[in-house]
Amino acid sequence: MEREPEISIRLFSDPQLLAPVRALMDTLAKSVGFGEKSRGLLTLALDEALANVIRHGYKERTDEMIWLNLWRLRDPVGIRIVLEDLGRSVDPAMIKGRELDDVRPGGLGVHIIRETMNESRWENRPGGGMRLTLTKLLSPEERQDSSTSQSENTRP
Amino acid sequence: MTHELLIAQTVTGDAIVLRPGGDIDMARAPSVRKAVAEVMRTRPQKLIIDLSSVSYMDSSGIATLVEALQHAMRNKMKFVLVGITPRVKSAFEISRLLGLFTSAPTLEDALRL
Repeated sequence: MEREPEISIRLFSDPQLLAPVRALMDTLAKSVGFGEKSRGLLTLALDEALANVIRHGYKERTDEMIWLNLWRLRDPVGIRIVLEDLGRSVDPAMIKGRELDDVRPGGLGVHIIRETMNESRWENRPGGGMRLTLTKLLSPEERQDSSTSQSENTRP
Repeated sequence: MTHELLIAQTVTGDAIVLRPGGDIDMARAPSVRKAVAEVMRTRPQKLIIDLSSVSYMDSSGIATLVEALQHAMRNKMKFVLVGITPRVKSAFEISRLLGLFTSAPTLEDALRL
């Protein structure tokens, strides 16, 4: 990563902390220019990623560490998220969303992440644990809306 | 710190209506699962989940509802979702599971089903 994250948070692997992280993500995404639906999906994807770390990486222990780093991207405009943990490592090739024809509770998180984000890349972290990089870019409509509102704001 | 999820319950005719509030995520889905399971043990003819006060739901919440639907189908209960908010609808749509459920725009509509 070429520059330092604009927001960097260390949080415990406690599901009670998901709500405040969602609020942060929603606010940041709004400031970047994401519309209501995209913000909802972006927030959902981050929530699912954190829940997967807590559930699978840390086996629901609530006192382990997760590092969340966020960047606003400028060209093209979007958001990059990097999540790191020290939990159980798995082969990234084995991380797959379940078949949606298989109707059963659970197993949806990876599917939601992949469907929502422009990029989702799991890696084994040097020294143990996993690193997940997520990128979401503004849609063409959101780019148009964003540039219109910027030009209106800069008018004398 | 506690975050109890308020779940209101009303009985209308042969239907029981459960109305959870707030966000249903990994932290809160277990409360909903417990409330739904308790109601299902009473074997109502119809269980309506009113989601109009739920502003956010993740895959834990969706999984809870899929599990409840499957239980209802096995036990020949009607299971209806009502008042799905836009963000919750998005989560269902991206999971491609909304079509599994019977849903209604309002509680009155759900009671008529």
